[in-house]
Amino acid sequence: MNAWTGTILRVNLKDKTIVKEALNTKWANDYVGARGLGSKYLVEEIDPAIDALGPKNRLIYMAGPLTGTSAASSGRFEICAKAPLTGTIGAANSGGYFGPELKFAGYDGIIFEGVSAKPVYLYIKDDVVELRDASDLWGLNVHETTDALNELLGSKFRISTIGQAGERMSLFACVNNDKNRANGRGGMGAVMGSKKLKAVAVRGTGSVKVAQPEAFNEAVCDARTKLRAHPVSGEGLAALGTEVLVNVINESGALPFRNFRDGAVDPNADDYSGERLAATYLIKNRGCFACSIACGRVTRVTNSPYASFGEGPEYEAGWAFGASCGVNNLAAICKANFLCNEYGLDPITMGTTIACAMELAEMGAIPEEDIGFKLFFGDADAMVRLTEMTGKGEGFGLTLGQGSYRMAEKYGHPELSMSTKKQEMPAYDGRAIQGMGLEYATSNRGGCHVRGYLTSPEILGVPVKTDPLVTEGKGALLKLFQDLTALVDSSGMCLFTTFGIGLPEISAQLRTAIGTDESDEDFLLKGERIWNLEKQFNIAAGVEKDTLPPRLLRDELKQGPATGKVCDLATMLKDYYAERGWDKEGVPTKDKLAELSLG
Amino acid sequence: MAKQIVLKPEKCVNCQTCVMVCSFKHFGEFSTTLAAVSVFDYEEDVVTVPVMCLQCDEAYCVNICPTGAMHHNGEGVSEVDYDKCIGCKLCMQVCPFGNISFSPKQRKIFKCDQCGGEPECVKHCAAGALLFEDPENDSARKKAVADSLKNMVVEEVA
Repeated sequence: MNAWTGTILRVNLKDKTIVKEALNTKWANDYVGARGLGSKYLVEEIDPAIDALGPKNRLIYMAGPLTGTSAASSGRFEICAKAPLTGTIGAANSGGYFGPELKFAGYDGIIFEGVSAKPVYLYIKDDVVELRDASDLWGLNVHETTDALNELLGSKFRISTIGQAGERMSLFACVNNDKNRANGRGGMGAVMGSKKLKAVAVRGTGSVKVAQPEAFNEAVCDARTKLRAHPVSGEGLAALGTEVLVNVINESGALPFRNFRDGAVDPNADDYSGERLAATYLIKNRGCFACSIACGRVTRVTNSPYASFGEGPEYEAGWAFGASCGVNNLAAICKANFLCNEYGLDPITMGTTIACAMELAEMGAIPEEDIGFKLFFGDADAMVRLTEMTGKGEGFGLTLGQGSYRMAEKYGHPELSMSTKKQEMPAYDGRAIQGMGLEYATSNRGGCHVRGYLTSPEILGVPVKTDPLVTEGKGALLKLFQDLTALVDSSGMCLFTTFGIGLPEISAQLRTAIGTDESDEDFLLKGERIWNLEKQFNIAAGVEKDTLPPRLLRDELKQGPATGKVCDLATMLKDYYAERGWDKEGVPTKDKLAELSLG
Repeated sequence: MAKQIVLKPEKCVNCQTCVMVCSFKHFGEFSTTLAAVSVFDYEEDVVTVPVMCLQCDEAYCVNICPTGAMHHNGEGVSEVDYDKCIGCKLCMQVCPFGNISFSPKQRKIFKCDQCGGEPECVKHCAAGALLFEDPENDSARKKAVADSLKNMVVEEVA
């Protein structure tokens, strides 16, 4: 089969049965792969109302058709499950090398069912697939587990694993592969932990083929050339990593400061910028599989109480521990981020939950004895300590491990959780970038920047510059970005490619890999189908309506270019629903569903 | 003198694109086991090193080949004449660098052939870790060493 291996592994953790079944090629065609295809399997196999941490949830690993080829930045795969943090459909994408290795072993995806009685890991060496005892691994963190399995099986195995946070089912536990790459958001690691599945170790010696080798190679060369020539994907991200954004977003007055409480300008932002990271702790750039951008940062902090070694921080993680917590100590930010990679925690939710706790503590809403010490914005030591406590599940860390919404609700102020659908919004203020406000409100997995990254046109001017303070036209723009992103995430490519290439280049690689004559518009329609599939699941799951925390709707910004602004969500939402072909309540109409063959 | 592939491990970002395009060029499919180039990651030292055939002038693989299948092509590259190859794998055993591979599936010896003078791996290496250059023109490293010696002298004098 072209681009696909044609085989899905179905692993029942309760009965310990492993079945190799044929890939559903109709679904692969209609839902592209990775995020879309994994979501389709999930929607078909679970009741949206189930407990995300119960035995009926599935945990689905899914690669895309381009995963394991030379396509630009194409080494990605998705983990899908009902998300415990949000109750929405959960789909978390990751780079690294795991996805390609899974396909080289001969599998497009893995569907885990049920719950194991004892900790296990899945061993995959080409045709040999076994559930093996993981009692000795249980209790280890991400790096320790990866090292232990590489020691046992050999260094060529690629390891996807949870840390202690996933074992303990922290609601924002992630699943890490190659140590520092993560299927980050929504708590996929908690689902894995609930199933007593510690890790997946894979080694594949096979290959991936494409339908039209020469045409595919041409399409790949074209895409790679454009990526290397573009100022964002060829220069900015390569030179400074995603942290390149710190000063850019701060100057736009869109860097939310102290839990979004104190506006969106951090006077000390440069202290943890990409430029500062490059001048201090950066050792080397690192690329995921088949990537020419290489935005990854290998960093080592020395001569500091926060001495540590690892990768990152990414922009959003750097913000979550930086501006969000009012901390400008880069060493502490790096340390907190490294701890997240060790324990297997989403650093965006970790940092923002600590920020929320800081605000609640300053208000006196959280008693000091609950935390164990006095907590206030800017306390770098406390931030690192609380991250460690969350990873270990100690004391107040257990409350933090539930995310900001449940914590703020427990202390009587759910409105101060800066989240949508119970997942925290990252590093872009929806008052200063109106399109991002709409994006957070409508994201199918709760507060998230990578479901329709309108920062790209609004701030970076890619592909065209739009005014971030204007609401007109944002509905149509967001729909386009959401649909295109769903396509990219499902293809196996990295979202960052969309800085340098667009629908024509993405479709050309997909078309020649799969062997189809479908048009660019046909591919974009698949993205729209995926978006509506996710939305239907969320409606059936009873997820709350699309909105923003009141702070973004009522509290005007007091500094920067967006002074006086709140997010005018109501206007944009009306426009957006109309563009989507949904009714006024945000429910897809029968006509729209029929158009997308979802009826 | 013919150009050769020059390795710059200090620039390698471990993306493995070279591995993918190599297997695709020679076998028409993507595989880590069908590539003549490998990349090794030394995590603790934060270095990744690409390796492939160094095209030895005094090549053990050529010298030991009993049928003459492994031969110098006259342009600085040793390559396999598959009509003559009997699959004895002696070349694999004597290569001091382990840079000759065998595919059990394809029943074929393979090694870097520099893609006939336009190496795919070099073409796709965005990091600049693989270059295709005249070996005598690589004086930059010599100069870098001279610079550091000069700096030592300057510091001592100061």
